[in-house]
Amino acid sequence: MEHKLPALPFAKDALAPIISAETIDYHYGKHHATYVANLNKLIPGTEFENLTLDQIVKKATPGGLFNNAAQVWNHTFYWNCLSPKGGGEPTGALADAIKKAFGTFAQFQEKFAATAVGTFGSGWAWLVKNPDGSLAIESTSNAGTPLTTAKKPLLTCDVWEHAYYIDYRNARAGYVEKFWKLANWSFVADNLK
Amino acid sequence: MMTRRDAMKKTALLTAVTALPWLLRNQTQAADAAPAGSFTLPPLPYAFDALEPYIDARTMEIHHDKHHQTYVGNLNKAVAGQASLAGKSVEDLLRDLSAVPEDVRKVVQNNGGGVANHNLYWQCLKKNEGGKPAGELAKAIEKKWGSYDNFKAEFTKAGMTQFGSGWAWLSLDGRQLVIEQSPNQDTPLSKGRVPLLAMDVWEHAYYLKYQNRRADYVAAFYNVINWDFVSERYAKLAS
Repeated sequence: MEHKLPALPFAKDALAPIISAETIDYHYGKHHATYVANLNKLIPGTEFENLTLDQIVKKATPGGLFNNAAQVWNHTFYWNCLSPKGGGEPTGALADAIKKAFGTFAQFQEKFAATAVGTFGSGWAWLVKNPDGSLAIESTSNAGTPLTTAKKPLLTCDVWEHAYYIDYRNARAGYVEKFWKLANWSFVADNLK
Repeated sequence: MMTRRDAMKKTALLTAVTALPWLLRNQTQAADAAPAGSFTLPPLPYAFDALEPYIDARTMEIHHDKHHQTYVGNLNKAVAGQASLAGKSVEDLLRDLSAVPEDVRKVVQNNGGGVANHNLYWQCLKKNEGGKPAGELAKAIEKKWGSYDNFKAEFTKAGMTQFGSGWAWLSLDGRQLVIEQSPNQDTPLSKGRVPLLAMDVWEHAYYLKYQNRRADYVAAFYNVINWDFVSERYAKLAS
């Protein structure tokens, strides 16, 4: 089964100036596309050939196949977490769950940002739902993803340098601060359901 | 005639006189010994644009003045007030991370690695106009890999297959040359080896000029290896 690069859920310049069209050109058009192309090269003739992307990520052992498959999944999820109409604060059940876990929305933001900025090297910051329904924040390295665990990913922020280097250089904290203006809370709320 | 008591006095005096330079030296050392948290950023040993067009000036400026500086600052913060670490070089810290108090060990591993790795990386770089390893190093590379081109192929592979942030290295394992890779800011020093040549493959090392094309950066890297430095380092450390 050939895996396809999903369409971006917004125009490539729609997130500017927070995330520039140039960043999207590389991040989506090169990095994400390369992970898809590598995945398609790695699976023919293997037990993974006819599995869905989710199944491959969950089944693959550490190595090239896992890295490429998980990075395809993580990036598709990341694009959906961003929206030119994003920002503001979550409402309803999501807002309640965040308050229950972190006290206030501001405290949640602070903790999530600290995790994103503190992830050393390449990786991702995540808001996840635990099996008991509570929310938690975690960090994964490189292609690591909550998809391989019992936790359900709700929101992610890509902190590989390629996600922000063109627009923010070394200033990861500046990128993470602006990330909130794009956070797609309706997508996150759907993931919580 | 010298009494026993006189002899004892004399011995004590001699001992004190003999010990004096040692005492003084020790005091001076104590005064000079770096308190924990006094690491500094060495200046770049050449201009930002010295490696153009292979590595651009803007990348060098941000890489040295921001990234490397941040590792220095974070390392100083991590070891500040850690009396047991006073006077240790960053290499000392990395060679024996188990001696670093556990609560700051990971921070020292990451930021100390960032300091030491970049210190070496800058020294490894110089436009070489097609230069190659020289002297004993050239012989050792040929003995180990058959040819310089074979060495390049292996070193390139180490740089290309390091997924995410990290480094490719030519190191000494005892007196043997080895090519290895490490994630993040981990260093061969922490594995008992001695790095001779460092290639940074964090995206910040190449993104402004090469973006997603790490392969192009790695290919260009061979034009800026300071083989004189690496060859001398080998001659000194392998003998």
